[in-house]
Amino acid sequence: MVNNIDVNEVKLTAKDFSSDQDVRWCPGCGDYSILAQVQRTFPDIGVKKENIVWVSGIGCSSRFPYYMNTYGFHSIHGRAPAIATGLKISRPDLSVWVATGDGDLMSIGGNHFIHACRKNIDIKILMFNNRIYGLTKGQYSPTSEKGKVTKTTPYGSIDYPFNPASLALGAESTFVARSLDRDPKHLQSIIKRAADHKGTAFVEILQNCNIFNDGAFALLTDKETKADHVLVLEHSKPMLFGKENNLGIKLDGFRPVVIDINDGKHSVSDVWVHNEEDHHPIRSFILAHMTDDPKLPTPIGIFREVIKPTYDEGITEQIENVTKKKGRGDLQKLLFESNTWEV
Amino acid sequence: MEETKSNGKTVQSLNDVTVMFAGDSGDGMQLTGTQFSNTTALVGNDLSTLPDYPAEIRAPAGTLYGVSGFQLHFSSSDIHTPGDSPDVLVAMNPAALKVNLKNIKEHALIIVNTDSFDPKNLKIAKYDSNPLDDGTLEGFHVIHVPITSLTTNALRDTNLSIKEITRSKNFFALGMMYWLYNRPVEPTIEWIKQKFAKNPDIAAANEAVLKAGYYFGDQTELFTTRYSVESANLPKGVYRNISGNEATAIGLVTASELSGLPLFLGSYPITPASEILQYLSTYKNYGVKTFQAEDEISGIASAIGASFGGSLAITTTSGPGLALKAEAIGLAVMTELPLVIINVQRGGPSTGLPTKTEQADLLQAMYGRNGEAPVAVLAASTPSDCFHMAIEASRIALNFMTPVILLTDGYIANGAEPWKMPLIEELEKIEVKFATEVEGFFPYSRNEKLSRPWAKPGTPGLEHRIGGLEKANITGNVSHDPDNHDLMCKLRTEKIQRIQNDIPELEVDGPSKGDVLVLGWGGTYGSIREAVDRVRKSGYKVSQAHLKYINPFPKNTREVLNNFKHILIPEINLGQLARIIRSEFLLPVIQLNQVRGLPIKSVDIQNKILEILGGNNGK
Repeated sequence: MVNNIDVNEVKLTAKDFSSDQDVRWCPGCGDYSILAQVQRTFPDIGVKKENIVWVSGIGCSSRFPYYMNTYGFHSIHGRAPAIATGLKISRPDLSVWVATGDGDLMSIGGNHFIHACRKNIDIKILMFNNRIYGLTKGQYSPTSEKGKVTKTTPYGSIDYPFNPASLALGAESTFVARSLDRDPKHLQSIIKRAADHKGTAFVEILQNCNIFNDGAFALLTDKETKADHVLVLEHSKPMLFGKENNLGIKLDGFRPVVIDINDGKHSVSDVWVHNEEDHHPIRSFILAHMTDDPKLPTPIGIFREVIKPTYDEGITEQIENVTKKKGRGDLQKLLFESNTWEV
Repeated sequence: MEETKSNGKTVQSLNDVTVMFAGDSGDGMQLTGTQFSNTTALVGNDLSTLPDYPAEIRAPAGTLYGVSGFQLHFSSSDIHTPGDSPDVLVAMNPAALKVNLKNIKEHALIIVNTDSFDPKNLKIAKYDSNPLDDGTLEGFHVIHVPITSLTTNALRDTNLSIKEITRSKNFFALGMMYWLYNRPVEPTIEWIKQKFAKNPDIAAANEAVLKAGYYFGDQTELFTTRYSVESANLPKGVYRNISGNEATAIGLVTASELSGLPLFLGSYPITPASEILQYLSTYKNYGVKTFQAEDEISGIASAIGASFGGSLAITTTSGPGLALKAEAIGLAVMTELPLVIINVQRGGPSTGLPTKTEQADLLQAMYGRNGEAPVAVLAASTPSDCFHMAIEASRIALNFMTPVILLTDGYIANGAEPWKMPLIEELEKIEVKFATEVEGFFPYSRNEKLSRPWAKPGTPGLEHRIGGLEKANITGNVSHDPDNHDLMCKLRTEKIQRIQNDIPELEVDGPSKGDVLVLGWGGTYGSIREAVDRVRKSGYKVSQAHLKYINPFPKNTREVLNNFKHILIPEINLGQLARIIRSEFLLPVIQLNQVRGLPIKSVDIQNKILEILGGNNGK
C-alpha cells in the first residue's frame, strides 16, 4: 500500500498509459513532453491503472486526461481542484491528479486552488505554466510578465503576475515544486516525488507555447544559457549552479546573493544548503521569489515538502470515532429519537 | 364552541387557534414558538408553523425591522397552513405590536409586555403616543402584563445578572400561554434541563420563570377564560414534529441507505438552506461525508466529483447559489452523472429577502443553463413531504443518471408540522448497478430508460474519460459532428421525458371534471388546500391538483387539465408555473400571484375561486 492506495502487481509500461485518442496539441508544444514524462513515470508510482483518475479544467493543458489511459474527467474552467476534492474525499482509495494551466488554476480557479492547498486535500496538481492563454489564442494570463504585449494588452500588460510557487506556499500547500518541460529527467523525478507525497502536491511546470509565447523560458532551456540561469534544488545539498558549477547562492540575511566559490573570497561552506523539509516556510518563500531578481537563477526542484494529516484522513477518522462512540447509525432510531407521540 | 367552568374560570373549547409570538430578534421568540409547537404536537393537535425572522442576527433593539415572529396554527382537526391571521398576539415590545397589528384578526386577543412600552421603545417603534392608552387598540381584547418586572420578581433571590434575568422573560410569556391553552409545562422543563445541563443556574431560572408565567395565568384576575383545543383526529401511527429542512436531511440519509450508496454532500452555507448541511454533518455514524466548500461552485463541483466516484452526491443551496451552480449543472447534464441539487427558495432577485419565502426559482431550475440542458425538476409540498421528495429526487437521479433539482422553500423548510413516521423497512429500495463487465462496455450506451452505465474508478478495464465537451453517441469520445450533436441533445431531452414512466400520476382531489381546478406546486399546497376546503364547506364544487413533479410533468397532466373549464394557479411569483402550463398545453390559465415573502393567504385564494365561480355557479 502506498498512501492507502492499492499498489501494482503487474509491471506496466509507458504505453499502457497511452489512450486510443489522437493527441491534438500543436506540433512542438511543450505539453507533449509533459505527457511523455507522466506516461514514463506512472509505471513506477506503484498504483494500479484503474485506481488513477486525471481531472482537468479548460485550456490546452486540460485536454490531458483524454490522452491518459486511466479514468479521466475533463471538466469546466477552473473547477478541476474542486471536482478532484470531492472525488478524493469520497474515494480515498484513488490516486487523483489534476492537469491544469496558469489561466485555469491561477485565474478562474484560484479560489479552489488555495482552498485545496489549505485543506491539504490529497491530490496532485500539475500546472502547465506557459504564461499565456493558448486555447483562446493569445491573451495574457495571470502569470504573464508586466508589460507583456498580447491581443488584449496591445500597449503592454499593467497587471503584476502571480508567483505560483509563492501562492502555493502562502496557501499552505504541503508540497511545492517547479520543473521544466524540456528537462525530461528532472520532470520525471518531480512527478515521482509528487506521486509519493501524501497531501496536496503542487508542481509548476514551465512549458513553452511555441505558437503564442514562444521562447518564454528559452534562458532556462537553451543549451548555452541554462546552466547559468537554472538552479537545481536538491535536498541537503548546497545550491550550486553555472557551467563550471562554481556559482552558489548565499543567504545574506533574507537576501539571496550569487557568489563564486572559486574567487578566493568564498568557499562552498558559504553556500546555502537546501532543506526541503524546513518546518518554517520563510526560506521556501525566498526561493520562490528568486525569480523577481533577473540577476538570480530560477530554482527548479522541490521548494518544500512537509507532512501533516490530509483532509480525507481527517474525515475518515472522524467517521470512525463517531461510529465507535454512537454505534453504526440506525435510521429508524434517528426518526424516533425526537419527541414522539402515538395516535 | 363549548364553555365549562373550572377554578372559577371559564374554559372555552375551540376548534383551532392561530397564535403569533412577536418580539425583538434577541427576545427568543423562535425558541418560544418552537417550544409551544412541540408541546402542542405532543398533546395531539394538528399544527402548522411559520417562523418569520429578520435577516439581521441581532437587529438594534426595539426597531420595527428587528421584529422576529413565530406564527403557529393548531387545531383539533386536520389543518394545512399556519393560519391567515392570528387570533392571539403576544407582543413583547411596541415594535412587535406595530408590525403585527395590521395582520391580526378583528377582536383578537393581544397580550402585551407593558414594561417595554416606555418612551424610548415607543420612539424607536415610531409611535407618537402610547398605543396602550390612546385608543389604537380599541376593539381588541388587550391584556396588560408587566412581563419583564414579573420575571425579575420571580428571580430576585438568584445571583443572576439583570441581563440574564431579562433574557428569561420569553419563558414567562411561554408559561402564560401554556396555562391559557391548557398545555403541560413538563416537556419544556425537560428541554430546559437538557439544553442548559452545563449551566444549572440558568436552567433553574428558566424553569422558575416558566412556572411563574403559568401560575400567573391561574391566579391573576386578568384572564377570565382559558381555552382548550382537543386532540386532532389524525391517522393512527407514531408522530413527531418536523421541519422541512430536517425532513430533507433525513430523507437524504434514507435514500443513501435504500440505495446502499455512501452519501456525499458538498455545500456552502446559505440562508435558508444551511440547516440541511448542519443536520447532515451530525450523521457521521451513517457514513455521511459532508464537505463545507469554499463557495457554491465548489459545493456542486465536489459533489460531481463524488458522483463520478460512485457516491449518492448532493449539493444544497438557495436561489443565488443555484445561479452560481448553473455551469456545473450543465456539466452534470453532459456527463450524465447522478446528482441531487436542493434549492430552498427564498425571496429574490439577487440577495433579495434571505429569510423570507418565495417560489420564483422555478424557471431558473427549468431553464437556467446554457445550451439545451434538461434536468428533472421536483418540488416538495409540505415540511414532511420534503422527506419523501428527497428520496424521490435521489431515486430519479440514480435511475436515470441525471441531475435532479428539488425545490423546497423557506416556508416549508423552516415551518413544522406533525409527521407520521414511516417504517424504513417498508420503503422501496433504490436499485443501483455499477458497470463491471469489460466486454461490450461503452460509456454512452443506454438502457431502456436511456440511462448510461455508471462505471466508477477502481473498476479494472473500464478506464474511460468523460467531460463537458459533446460526446459521441455510445463511445463517449469527444465529437464535434453536427448530426451527433443533434442526436445527443434529443437523447438527453428524451431521457428526462421518460422519467414520466417512473413517477406517479397527477391526482385530483375532488371531482375529476368541473368548473374550477386549483393547480399548485411546492409550498403553496397548504394554503390552497385550506382555501379549497373552505369553499367546499360553503357548498361549492372545486377541485385541487398539486404538482410535485414539474419536469417532466406526470403523464396524465394534460388529461387532468382538459377536464376543467377554469384553471387557477396561485404562486408566490409572477406566474412561472402558469407560463410553463400555457406553453406546454396551450391552455388559458388564471393566475393569482403574490410575492410578499410570505405564504399566500388562504382567504385570498378562496376569494379568487369564488370570483371565478361567480355567484352560485357550481353550487
